[in-house]
Amino acid sequence: MTLKTDHLAGGQFYIRVQDALANAPIRANFRKAMDGLMHKRATALEDTQERESLRELAANVRLRALARLPELLIQLEKKCQSQGIQVHWAQDAQQACEQVLAICQQRQARTVIKGKSMVSEEMELNHFLAEAGIEALESDLGEYIVQLAQETPSHIIMPAIHKNTQQISQLMHEKTGTQLSHDVAYLTECARQQLRERFQQADIGLSGVNFAVAETGTLCLVENEGNGRLTTSVPSCHIAVMGIEKVVEHLEDVTPLLSLLTRSATGQAITTYFNMISRPRQPDEKDGPEVVHLILVDNGRAHLYQDPELRDTLRCIRCGACMNHCPVYTRIGGHAYGTTYPGPIGKILMPHLTGFANNAALPSASTLCGACAEVCPVKIPIPDILVRLRREAVNGDQINPSVMAEKGFKRTWKEALAWQLWAYLAQRPRLYQIATKIARLGHYWMPQSLGAWTQVRTAPRPAAKSLSQLRRDAEKSL
Amino acid sequence: MHTSSSSKVAPLYTNAAPAQQASHRLKVYPPKPQKVYFFATCLVDLFYPDAGMAGIQLLEQQGIEVLYPQTQTCCGQPAYTSGYHDQARAVAQAQFDLFPEPWPIVLPSGSCAGMMRQHYPQLFANTPEQANAQAIANRVFELTDFLLHVCQLQLKDEGKPIKVALHTSCSARRELGIAHVGETLLDQLAQVERIEPKRTSECCGFGGTFAVRHPQISAAMVEDKTQALIDAAPHFVTTDCGCLMNIQGHAEKTRLKLQGEHLLSFLWRRTQNDA
Repeated sequence: MTLKTDHLAGGQFYIRVQDALANAPIRANFRKAMDGLMHKRATALEDTQERESLRELAANVRLRALARLPELLIQLEKKCQSQGIQVHWAQDAQQACEQVLAICQQRQARTVIKGKSMVSEEMELNHFLAEAGIEALESDLGEYIVQLAQETPSHIIMPAIHKNTQQISQLMHEKTGTQLSHDVAYLTECARQQLRERFQQADIGLSGVNFAVAETGTLCLVENEGNGRLTTSVPSCHIAVMGIEKVVEHLEDVTPLLSLLTRSATGQAITTYFNMISRPRQPDEKDGPEVVHLILVDNGRAHLYQDPELRDTLRCIRCGACMNHCPVYTRIGGHAYGTTYPGPIGKILMPHLTGFANNAALPSASTLCGACAEVCPVKIPIPDILVRLRREAVNGDQINPSVMAEKGFKRTWKEALAWQLWAYLAQRPRLYQIATKIARLGHYWMPQSLGAWTQVRTAPRPAAKSLSQLRRDAEKSL
Repeated sequence: MHTSSSSKVAPLYTNAAPAQQASHRLKVYPPKPQKVYFFATCLVDLFYPDAGMAGIQLLEQQGIEVLYPQTQTCCGQPAYTSGYHDQARAVAQAQFDLFPEPWPIVLPSGSCAGMMRQHYPQLFANTPEQANAQAIANRVFELTDFLLHVCQLQLKDEGKPIKVALHTSCSARRELGIAHVGETLLDQLAQVERIEPKRTSECCGFGGTFAVRHPQISAAMVEDKTQALIDAAPHFVTTDCGCLMNIQGHAEKTRLKLQGEHLLSFLWRRTQNDA
């Protein structure tokens, strides 16, 4: 990746941010939704002692699973196979798409109905299948709305959170002929009727996986609408796609993760549906798919896994709490990031999925306020990882050398020189004091415009005497 | 295409330990010492010396001798958060020799205290200075935290009735876990009515270089924070100069009637006879 791409990608981020900030309805939608979600989480996790012990437990479950990730994946594969699930390994998004397509072709499928799956978004599967003449229809209500609007999800849990009821009503009216209405129940019922028919016609159901249990070969699917259950039980073939980090050791490991996932995401004690899939339909069973495929998607994760610090990124259980609590996400919304995963988790994950330089502006687009890490159910130290990525981007550490493929892509001689000069001064107190004195005196003839800072703020005014000077004066007068 | 082995996935390492998390280290308050080292921080030194003087006076009022190393410069945070860790380490290490005796090191800033307390051990990991950095980190306290929990500070309010909103910096709140300190100290002042601003735990949008790297987002954040503070009270206090400079600077630029002050200056002023 060249520096030029960096500027391009960074530049596009700035343009999207500018558009988002100028879009009053978008900002109002996000502010309202995020305020509501923060409140729901706080209410659902009111008991701080219980919350913190649960977070500790959940973080340890994930750490334990990640420490044994390679073996657990093999164990999961063997267990699934022994139960009749066909397992595939995909190194990247392209290969995962090809594997889905091959299954579709094998079954002469024309339509795929989809439960919610962020990995399939990562794969851009719908687009890939459409090119091959296969229709993929989203059945999660939010995803369905986003698909009608020909957009991408703006949030990993609530894909259409950027739209308000009025906008959704208008969209459904235009695309599906429903009446204009602000009645959420009416709109939901219309979508439900439209989708119900499609479930019966679909050749294949495709879903994501929230947790995969290595010991029992169980694929767990968390959902509220029942569309996940229909997706995985009505069509004769079910394909589950999952990121390779989603595996846990034991069935009981799921309990704390599930409890925290739903509370952190939507403030629910439990979702309406929790599906546990471990085999295709058995001869004595009345429903369920005849064939179940599991596609294990790497797409940059195995590489990321190899660094002990960056690896913490893979603890994520995709609850979205980090974005709900992020002051940056709340203001710019999900689309401004231009990534599959937006918000704090997106900032630390996307550089490994789609390239560092392609996500050039993301690691710096944080105040490191720590709201994300504070609410993360598995205690991912997101601010620390952001600092790590900034270090990688400028190749700024000789003692702990950068490891990423595109390390140092953002380093410019000007910036490096500026920091070197600063460090030179700050290691030489005499010089430093002279420099600050010049700054104090100099500000009288300095312009009152300091670039970006003074667009919305006055320039800071150095005091007439520095604290060190005041102390020296005080000591002299003693 | 149906491959049933893991050979297509890049080789995986399993034995590397997860990085130690800063939040896992416990803070131990020492007994009230005879002396402390005062690390002013570059922003207080240059822009808010009054806050530093107020902090020193509050300490001296407690019978503590304040040692002010004249050769101090900066904790290294700006370079650290920008990814230039070689430079951050060099500057941080230049401060180590300022504190030869085992007295606590106090700072009038949550942000810089957070840097020294939580990030020095990470910054010096795998270097010969690792143990030294950890020892220094353990001695670092944000000043209001130190005044409340080590000095058991009791304030007597000498001022007129006033409404005040408190803005606690994110580093004080989340890195150091001392959001209650400012509240407790303000609540000791009989004539001060502390009004909690809306979304009090939300960041003001400063974030060091973030404010200039992402000026538009930063502007949106500081607009909202300034408005929330004005809606609460015409006067606000904070323990971090970054937030103060950001919020006060925005209020001035947009001619909003909001007066900001460092918490230490405010506490000192309120407890003087001529307040």
